[in-house]
Parts: sequence; C-alpha cells; structure tokens
Amino acid sequence: MKPLHILTWLVGALVTIFAIGGLHWGLAQIGWISFFDWSFYFEVSAAGLLQGVMYSLVALGFVLIFKASGIFNFAQGSLVLFAALTMVGLMELFERDFGIRLHWVLAFILTVGVMVLVAIAIERLVLRPLVNQPPIILFMATIGIFYFVDGFGQALWGSDVKVLDIGMPIASAVSPLGVRMNVYDLIAAGVGAALVAGLGVFFQYTRIGRALRAVADDHQAALSVGIPLKTIWTIVWSVAGVVALVAGIMWGGKAGVQFSLALIALKALPVLILGGFTSIPGAIVGGLIIGYGEQVAENFIGLEIGGAIQDWFAYVLALVFLLFRPQGLFGERIIERV
Amino acid sequence: MLYRETGQFKTTYRADQAIFPILQDKIGVLAILAFAVFVVPFAADNYLLETILVPVLVFSLAAIGLNILTGYCGQLSLGTGGFMACGAFFSYKLATAFPDLNLILVFLLAGLGTSVVGVLFGLPSLRIKGFYLAVATLAAQFFLIWVFNKFGWWTNDSPSGVISAPPREVLGFVVTSSEAHPISKYLFLVVLVAVLALVAKNLVRSRIGRSWMAIRDMDIAAEIIGIRPLVAKLSAFAVSSFYIGIAGGLWAFIYTGSVEALAFQIDRSFQVLFMVILGGLGSILGSFLGAIFIVLLPIALNVTMLAIDPTFSVALVSDMEFMLFGALIIFFLIVEPHGLARLWQIGKEKLRLWPFPY
Amino acid sequence: MVTAPRVFNEVLLEVRRISLSFGGVKALTDISFDIRKGEIRAIIGPNGAGKTSMLNVINGFYHPQEGEVIFKGETRRAMRPHKAAKQGIARTFQNVALFKGMSTLDNIMTGRLLKMRSNVLLQALYWGPNEREEIEHRAFCEEIIDFLEIQAIRKTPVGKLPYGLQKRVELARALAMEPELLLLDEPMAGMNVEEKEDMSRFILDVNDHFGTTIALIEHDMGVVMDLSDRVVVLDYGRKLADGTPDEVRSNQEVVDAYLGVAH
Repeated sequence: MKPLHILTWLVGALVTIFAIGGLHWGLAQIGWISFFDWSFYFEVSAAGLLQGVMYSLVALGFVLIFKASGIFNFAQGSLVLFAALTMVGLMELFERDFGIRLHWVLAFILTVGVMVLVAIAIERLVLRPLVNQPPIILFMATIGIFYFVDGFGQALWGSDVKVLDIGMPIASAVSPLGVRMNVYDLIAAGVGAALVAGLGVFFQYTRIGRALRAVADDHQAALSVGIPLKTIWTIVWSVAGVVALVAGIMWGGKAGVQFSLALIALKALPVLILGGFTSIPGAIVGGLIIGYGEQVAENFIGLEIGGAIQDWFAYVLALVFLLFRPQGLFGERIIERV
Repeated sequence: MLYRETGQFKTTYRADQAIFPILQDKIGVLAILAFAVFVVPFAADNYLLETILVPVLVFSLAAIGLNILTGYCGQLSLGTGGFMACGAFFSYKLATAFPDLNLILVFLLAGLGTSVVGVLFGLPSLRIKGFYLAVATLAAQFFLIWVFNKFGWWTNDSPSGVISAPPREVLGFVVTSSEAHPISKYLFLVVLVAVLALVAKNLVRSRIGRSWMAIRDMDIAAEIIGIRPLVAKLSAFAVSSFYIGIAGGLWAFIYTGSVEALAFQIDRSFQVLFMVILGGLGSILGSFLGAIFIVLLPIALNVTMLAIDPTFSVALVSDMEFMLFGALIIFFLIVEPHGLARLWQIGKEKLRLWPFPY
Repeated sequence: MVTAPRVFNEVLLEVRRISLSFGGVKALTDISFDIRKGEIRAIIGPNGAGKTSMLNVINGFYHPQEGEVIFKGETRRAMRPHKAAKQGIARTFQNVALFKGMSTLDNIMTGRLLKMRSNVLLQALYWGPNEREEIEHRAFCEEIIDFLEIQAIRKTPVGKLPYGLQKRVELARALAMEPELLLLDEPMAGMNVEEKEDMSRFILDVNDHFGTTIALIEHDMGVVMDLSDRVVVLDYGRKLADGTPDEVRSNQEVVDAYLGVAH
C-alpha cells in the first residue's frame, strides 16, 4: 500500500467516525436513543478500535493459513486458547514442581516450541492425508481440529480460569487529547502493528513468502515446480501458531485464560468477511471496523433494545456487508469461468 | 446369498424407481419399523427409552434437516441450534396461546415458521458460497439465541427464561411434559419421524432433490440447464429449517420437557453437523446412523472411563469427549468422507456375494 | 463423401455488434453473425480468440457491454442463464460440467427439470401424479440413453466414468432439455480418433434426428470441415471470416492467422 492510500483511509475513517457520531447525536435529538455525549462516544470508539486490534490479531492467523493453503481454519480460535493455556500451564508447572519462577519470555519460547510441534502434528495427521480434497472438506476437518485441540488443551492443563501475568499494567489509563484509553490496549495495539508489519514483509519479499503464495494458488502446480508442500504447510501453521500465541497472551492477560477465549476468537470470522480472506491489511481494517462497530452499537443502540447485542452484531454486520461486496473490502474479485 | 438382487428383474420404470427397489431392503425396513413399533416399547426400560431412543429420534430429524441443506444442496450451515430454538419457542408460543390446537399442528406450524426464518437467513446464499455462507449462518445462530434469551415475550415472562411444555394429548395419550409416559412419547416420535423421513426421501428423489444436488455439484452448470439458483437454494433452506424447527419443538416438548434458549447454542449446531458428517452427507439413512452414533458415543465413553477409574472428574470426561469427537471427524473425513451410510453400503455389497466370494 | 452444401434460410439466432470486456481486457470486439435453423455452425479460432466467451454471451452467462443477441426474432435483454435455458438453449462445456455426485440417469433427468410440473407437496407424497410424471420423463431419458448408447452406465455415478463417456453424458443431459439451439464447447477435446468419430456421428445424428440447430467450438480442423455447414472464425476477439468450410479454408487471412500455423 502506498502512503497516499493509507492517508486516504485514515481520513476516510475519521470522517466515518464523526459521521456515525453525528448520526447517533441526531437519533438522540429525536429521542430514539436516550443518551448521547460526544466525549463518551470518543471513549467508546477508542476502546472499540483497540478491542478491534485484538480481533485483528486473531484474524491474522486465519489469513495466513488461508493465503498459504487455501484452508479456512476454523481452529484458529482453539489454537489461541491452547497457546495461552500452554504458556500459563508451563509457568504454573515450573513454579509448582520445581519451585522456579519461569520468566515469561522463557515460557513464551517454550510455548513457541510446543506450537511448532502442534503445527507438525496437524500437517502430518490432518492436512497431508486430505491434500487435494475440496475446500469444504478441509474446512470441516478444521472443525474437527477445533474440537480436538479444545479438549486436549483443557484435559492437559485443566479447565479453570487462569491468570496470565506478564508484568503489564492492566488497569492504568492515559488520556491523550482528552480521550481515556487503556494502556494495556495501547501496548497490544503496538504489538499487533509490529506483527503485521513483520508478516507483511515476510510474505512480500522473502523466498518462503513467495512459495507460500504459490502454494495457496495451486497445490499441484506448486509441487510441480519443486516447492516442498509439507515444509511450507508446517511453516505456515507454525507461524499461525505463534500469532495465536501472541493473540492468546494479549487476550488472556486481560480477561484471564479460559474456555471463552476459543469462542471470542470466532469473532475473527466476521472480521475476515469484512476484510477479505486473503488480505493482511484487510484483517486489520476489518478488525478495527468490527471492534469499533460493536462497541458503539452496544453502548448506544444496544442499550435501547435490551443489551448484549455484541453477541451477534459483528456477524450481522458482516452478513449485510457480504450482500454488497461478497469478496470483502480488500479481497480479489472473483471472476467465474466455465 | 441372503442379500442378493440377482434374478429380481424389473420390467417397468415404476418398479425400477421404487423407494426400495430391492426386495430385501423393503422387507428389512418394514421389519425394523414393525420391531420399533411393536417390540421395542415393551422390551425396553424407561432409561433406554428416555435417554437414548427419544433423543436419537429427535436428533435424527434435525440431522435430516441439516443433511438436506448441507448434504444435498451443499450449503454449509452452522446455525442449526438457532433454528432448533426457533422451533422450540414457536411451538411453545403456539401451544400456550392456543391450548386447543392439535399438537401435531403445533409442530407443523412451528416448522413452517422456522422455514420462514430459514429462508430469511438463507437469502445471502445467493451471493456467497462455501465458508462465507457458514459465517453468515453464524449470524443466525447468535442473533436468534439472543432474541429468545432477551425478550420475555417468548417465554411468557418466565423469570428463569425456561419454558416448560404444557401437557398435550395425541389420540388420547399425553405425549408432552413430565406427565407423559415414556412409551407414548417414544411411539409418537417413531411414527412422526418415520413419516417425515419418508417425505424427505421422496423429496430428494424427485425433481426438487435433483435440483438441490445439481446446485451442490456444480452451480454454474445447474443454472445453465435452467435451475434457478434462488429457488433451489431457498427451497433447501425452507425444507431444511422446517425439519430442524420440528426437531427443536420435539426437543423442548418431548425430550427435555423444559428448556431455555441457551440449550440451543452453537455446540448444538456442531453436534448436528457432526451427525451429518459421520452419518454421511447426502444420505437420509446416514442421518439416523449419525444420530445414533453421536448420542451413544458420550454415554459409552462415560461408562468406559468410569469403569477404568471411578475417580475421573466430570470435566476430564467431557474434555475426552471433545477430543474423541474431533478425532473422529478428522478420521472419517480422511478415511470415509461419505460416512457410516457408505460403510453400510459397502457392507451390503459384500453381503451380496457372501458366503460365496468369487 | 461429397454432397451438395445444405441451404438454410430461417435465422434462429443472431448476434449483432457484440463487444465484451473484462476490466481493460477486450474479449470480444464488434462481432456479428447468425445461426440458422437446422444447421451445424462451427466457431473456430486460436486459443484466446474469444470462442467460449461468445458461447457465454449467447447463453446469458456473460453480459456484453455493447451489441445485442436476437433469438427467435426477439431481442434479448441481459438475462440469467436459466432464462436462456427456458427459451431453448442448451449447452455443454469445455471442461465437463456434470453433477459428479449423481448417477448418469439422474444427470440426464436434471435436463428434464424445466418440463416437470408437480409441486413440492406432490413430490413429498411421491405416489400418484408425481410418480407418473417421473416415469414419463424417465421414458424420455431412456430414449436418449439408447440413442447415445450409454445404457450400461445408467446407474453409475458420473464421477467414476472415463472422460469420453462423461462428455457423452453431458451431451445426453443437454439433449434431454429438447433444445432448439445446442451449444457444444469443444465436444471432442482430449479424445482419441475413435472417440472423436463416435462423437461426430452423434452430433450428426442429433442434428438429423431431432433437427436440433448446433453451434460448436472445435479445434480439430478435419472434424470442423466435415461436420459444419458454415464456419465463423474469430481471432483476438475479432471476426476474421464467415462462410462455408471451403470459403473459410481458402481465406488468406484465416490461413495466416490460424490454419497456416496449425496445419
């Protein structure tokens, strides 16, 4: 993306945020919603956008795997849960059995190792036997992985809520420009941005990145020019595992590591629909839109109709969006041939 | 030897297109039905009836519904739980608002209502395909549960959000609520499910079924021979939701007797999807096999694990269940993507030659 | 075999000044020709000439930016393929587009969908009117099965059939629609000589027996010259020539662009 492009998007986003704020203000004026206040609105928007970064992090894992293997990986959410559980579990294990307080960096590295093992296992046991099956079969297989990894993680590490402490401030807040923001969320946003930038470079400019894209396009053609399919898949699932770990740490550090993580991660699906399955910037923008949209909807409209609309708002937003642009914001247009 | 079609010549297309063209199949199905109606109710105890046979029948119906949509028409749906909830709450509102309405009518109307909802959420299938659609159906799942959970109107303002089925009679026997005798519940279900399964079988071997399969196998070619994708897909959504809605009503009224919206969360959707995958995509028989399998498996697992070591925690057993389901799905997709129904068919082919292999 | 060229006068379908582009890519530029009732019309041209795009325009799968399609004297508005099917246009595909999960018979029966009338309730009951209708159409399909000599594979799932037979089943499905205009996209691609001879015979028989008008795309020049009454030549989305096989064969431009290179 060119700088000018990004600038256009930024301006567009700001205008949209103001426009939607204005819409709510109008609704409040005619009495459809009972309460509106600009500074509260901005606070909600900021919180929503930061929350959106978290969604983007999870969505990123999906995009990676989809780009590299054409597989819609439903299990990404369970990988997030599993990674976070493993990390906390390892830290607890060392503390209890050996009396060592494992530094979180060490635990992180160990968990990365575990995630690589998981990736290898998935490639060996699931992907390789299913090579060249229709995408929908692979999708259903990842639902199987979703169930298995969920059960496995909890059987291994227990299903109670765990606290993940990596020494980050959870409660403190800052107020640049008068808008209150959570420091933890800001850090998460920073980490997310760094990760995205890194992956973008990796995909566009490295040899492996090019091989990944080739594999995504056509398994057999990639094999025929000598790209080692197995290695590529293992690499990409490992990378997705690491992305899941980062997402798991960010989510888990905030809300505790528990089963609901796997379900929160389902929210990454509407994010993908908005952004397009194959686009990393799409995952980011989609995440921001969903995070922002559901927070604003919940806090203004939602209060009027009973609350908890964030359970479904993201999905319905994605659904409506799909009707107008089936390929997503950044997805490639699908030309059908016969 | 016993299962042999040699010598069964058909001289009319009518005979060739019969629902069970092979004599042994016809006899077999009739025998199973007779057994289910005349023997099982008297031989089985209440535990077997209430915790195994009743849920198997209810789930079979839901699985037939999902199979029509996913197995026959190729539209993947993760919203089954939401549609079952529709059926359950529609039935409840109908039954309590019109106490004199015949129970069968209640279920049929609830099914029709669910059809309408299904068609609404199926509209996006026109523009989107495959897993995009799967995500779209998640919208139905979460939105519908929210609606039933949030608005007291659906539960007649029950403070706990739980609805309890009122006792209703069919042919003079109470079949719903806790007053009903397990045998009457079971017999009612057997007859209803058998009739609906027959209807489903008829549909899939008629014009409408062929248009679903055509859309599933190659939608562009289907359109070029004159199938309107809109009609084919939405009719699949309608029929599928009709079955799933009735299954939801039966779940609330006959299986559990009282239920809350949260009983139909996304796990339920997956459960039915697993039945369809394991049983066999695109097979009515497979829907039954899948339902039996998925209902029995946790029970079997529980019994075995507790037999090995009675100190196993409930949580561990449930985790193992998750793992086992996941592993089985993957196993079946790899080894036999057509599921148990295909295994059954292979078994029959073997039986054709048995005991004299060439 | 030397026979006098057949003469056809009644125009069944006419395309007028068709232009089609995808983004910046021009697939078809200003193409006009007609297909007359009862004839076998070939569309030829090198790869990427726009032949398949032309068929896609005719049966409503692509909508051209300019020009019009006139079928049976009526100018068509942009329409979906299922409408074209209803008007009597059937087609086969370059890469076989059969319903892989269904048997040969069921595939052919899908061709009868537009002719079937029972409503959903009758279908749910099956017995009675619906069954009578099923049997009636089954009998029709069986005639086509006999005609194309595929009795033995009636109940085989088409996914399991060899390529040549799949092509034949696809033709059978198109015939079951009783089309007025049959579009064949490379009906003989990837076949050996024997299979090509069979397929040629079937195409001639269909034209002869049912009186179906046929438009076909084919690369094998021998086949094209033998089968077709008139040929239209496309190259890079433009029309190079139009006429009887002999006229086309002697057209210098065509020879330069195509025949000279290929043969």
